[in-house]
Amino acid sequence: MAKHHVTATVNGDAVEFLCETDETLLDVLRNQLGLTGTKEGCATGDCGACSVTVDGCLVCSCLMLGVEANGKSIATIEGMAHGEELHPLQRKFLEHAALQCGVCTPGFLVAAKALLEKKPDPSETEVRYWLAGNLCRCTGYDKIVRAVLDAAAEMRGA
Amino acid sequence: MQEKVKDAPGSEFQWIGTRPVRPDGVDKVTGRAKFGADLAMPGQLVGKVLRSPHPHARIKSIDASAALALPGVKAVVTRDDFMDQPSEFIPAGEMMINYRDVVRNVMAREKVLYDGHPVAAVAATSASIARRALKLIKVDYEVLPHVIDVVEAMQPGAPLLHDDMITAGVEPAPKTPSNVAKRIEFGMGDVAAGFKQADVVIERVFTTKPVHQGYIEPHACIASVSEDGQAELWVSTQGHWIVRTHCARLLGWDVAKIRVTAAEIGGGFGGKTVVYLEPVALALARKSGRPVKMVMTREEVFRASGPTSGAHVRVKIGARKDGRIVAAEAELKYQAGAFQGSPVQPGAMCAFAPYDLENVKVVGYDVVSNRPKVAAYRAPGGPIAEFAVESVIDEVAAKTGMSGIDFRLRNAARQGTKAAYGPKFGPIGMVETLEAAKAHAHWRTPLAKNQGRGVASGFWFNIGGETSVSLSLNEDGTLSLTAGTPDIGGLRASLCMMAAEELRVPLDKIRVQIGDTGQLGYNFLTGGSRSTFSSGMATVEAARDVIKQACKRAAQLWELPEDAVEYKDGAVRPAGPNAGKHAPMSLKDVAGIAGKTGGPIVGYARLNAHGAAPSFATHIADVEVDPETGRAWVVRYTAIQDAGRAIHPSYVEGQYQGGAAQGIGWALNEEYVYGDDGRLQNPGFLDYRVPVASDLPMIDTVIVEVPNPRHPYGVRGVGETPICPPMAAVANAVADATGIRFTELPLSPPRVLKALGEARGNGQAKI
Repeated sequence: MAKHHVTATVNGDAVEFLCETDETLLDVLRNQLGLTGTKEGCATGDCGACSVTVDGCLVCSCLMLGVEANGKSIATIEGMAHGEELHPLQRKFLEHAALQCGVCTPGFLVAAKALLEKKPDPSETEVRYWLAGNLCRCTGYDKIVRAVLDAAAEMRGA
Repeated sequence: MQEKVKDAPGSEFQWIGTRPVRPDGVDKVTGRAKFGADLAMPGQLVGKVLRSPHPHARIKSIDASAALALPGVKAVVTRDDFMDQPSEFIPAGEMMINYRDVVRNVMAREKVLYDGHPVAAVAATSASIARRALKLIKVDYEVLPHVIDVVEAMQPGAPLLHDDMITAGVEPAPKTPSNVAKRIEFGMGDVAAGFKQADVVIERVFTTKPVHQGYIEPHACIASVSEDGQAELWVSTQGHWIVRTHCARLLGWDVAKIRVTAAEIGGGFGGKTVVYLEPVALALARKSGRPVKMVMTREEVFRASGPTSGAHVRVKIGARKDGRIVAAEAELKYQAGAFQGSPVQPGAMCAFAPYDLENVKVVGYDVVSNRPKVAAYRAPGGPIAEFAVESVIDEVAAKTGMSGIDFRLRNAARQGTKAAYGPKFGPIGMVETLEAAKAHAHWRTPLAKNQGRGVASGFWFNIGGETSVSLSLNEDGTLSLTAGTPDIGGLRASLCMMAAEELRVPLDKIRVQIGDTGQLGYNFLTGGSRSTFSSGMATVEAARDVIKQACKRAAQLWELPEDAVEYKDGAVRPAGPNAGKHAPMSLKDVAGIAGKTGGPIVGYARLNAHGAAPSFATHIADVEVDPETGRAWVVRYTAIQDAGRAIHPSYVEGQYQGGAAQGIGWALNEEYVYGDDGRLQNPGFLDYRVPVASDLPMIDTVIVEVPNPRHPYGVRGVGETPICPPMAAVANAVADATGIRFTELPLSPPRVLKALGEARGNGQAKI
């Protein structure tokens, strides 16, 4: 079957690609666009390692088809830092040692950024529930939650 | 951030005990870091595995001709592509390995032994073609009766997995085969005489379910084999040297032909210490002449990798009224999965290790059943036995009228205590963790309604092993440190800190990498809590080697005897009577003269690290139970553990927190669920529920430091001990809250609700 021609914006750049009907956005990002920072942990929307935003909305890219990205604006972990300047969340994750193996980290960062855009002053409980769709098996979440709260405080200028 | 938060004024250390940003950190927050599935090679094929739908069946024939005829399919491998192996047990870290079984687990031969057992694999030009090809492979099975449960598998007449399995460790040897691979026993003193002195005796039987390591990154690798047989393998693994060893053995290739590079690894917890896809990918790459990439789906990870044993454990402990334990015995029946080799031996070693006992007996059984072969999981075997023992300790303590902490203090192992499994302990921190628990605010904070508090201790012995490290002084005075144990949780940071401490140089002057198998001598894997201990020991030795060489070069330049030169504060300088005669030379200066004084300066250490010291922990858990639904959740948690010395405290705390979280999942949610058909019913994160952020509170930590005298910086392994106490700490808390002693994990809502109903019926429920 013929492939679909898709045009989209990824991290601010115009991209176009051809994809099969059954290819997920995650497959397209990783295999066609070379953006392997977005990870596959389950392919069933349970682990959040593939989190990206599509037109500002947080999604599991494994649950969205590549063709559905047509005309959309997608943000991935690769677009989070500005040049050499890390996003405050990235910096706070490092300072708080909020990662061990680091494979879930891109998903957590993308999800946390989406949270802080919606709610700049979340409580600990709000952070925990917002991030409940992102699995981390190394840290027990303690340092992740602290890093997000600390980044939120810094971004608010608190 | 290079904040020194831990140093007392006047600390002897510049870097040890501080919390710098890890050297591999930026790559991991920007998506740059390359994990197992992140590498692509030109012309690569996609490899997929055909897996058994049956828990037990004889393979009568395999016909792959239709698959091979499908356009885009480039190779198929089956059992015929792997050499059979003789039966021989080889030590592999904390476990034993038998290649006869490894080759059968990688690709089924005579029989399939579990749902998900690999039967064939294909390499094709796309994933969809590979998946179609799998459906075209015809496997003719003769389905056999199966057995899942460990106790049922031990019964006479149970379906036999291996016709030739005669229980080892039993005299005289049984005449007929069974599913019991091995019986072990050890102990000391006279248990029967001990129990006669007891005022209190508690005996309980516990069951635990198999649980999976649950690493977020599925197994992944990419293999390429040249026409002349030289192979490259890029893989997510805890030990690339052992991957090389196993693959060479299973494929019959020379070890030197295979170069293995460890990708960044997305969690392992023991589960990535064995091979699954790797030899298959190499075989497919050889056969197809193209690179082959293989990545497991999450369903495959659950069905066919890991997990750890489920078990059936009987524990009996007797104590006098004064709180002294007089006898302790345990019987451990551990599921090994389809092939023998459960962690029952380390489980038996751990069972009573936190205590100073005179009369101990531990018996263990290693039992096969139609489940995936177990793999190591963080302190393999320990948490199961310790859950049972620490639950009974809790009850015995209550009967003697002592608090859980005081009772443990009364019986705690100390320096000089002889453990039942053999060794006499050196300096250890069991008492210190208990005292820290007693002094912690958590222990004294009042509980709210429907809440209970539990305490439990834990132990893991830790290992050392073969290790090599190189440290090159570069031409500008910076340093390149190459280690061979994959970094899963901050190893590069701690090695860099130890090297910088020795050399008294800034951290950012050292670049640390994990070398491939061609760059260093053999390295045993990252496991057994050995990597910071062993690679740290080797790093210190390599740094001292650099210092020695630097002094020698300067002595040569200054025409002084070698011992008239010393290395101090990051510079080589004349010592003693010659002090001040020449200006000190920094490492940069020394690097500048390296060429003309003998060539490159490279420190090298190759050693078998001895002196790994055990780590003890005590955890406190507060659990709330919902009387309406039976849901139990942790509301406060404190993990206290002896680290020997914390090189980078944040990553030590991270180990405590992560181990606690995994143990809480084991206690409350996680379990493998099999149907009557012998198939796994919950092979996904939706139904196999690991703790999520909203399930847990902050996990408080206390790092106790009783230095290990056999490590240059006092390091003890810390990674595994933290998963030993949580299940009992949680169960003891639930017992405190409800008045019900739970002996079956997990403490999931239906189980708790049912027990609450029964206890209310006979007036024993507290809520």
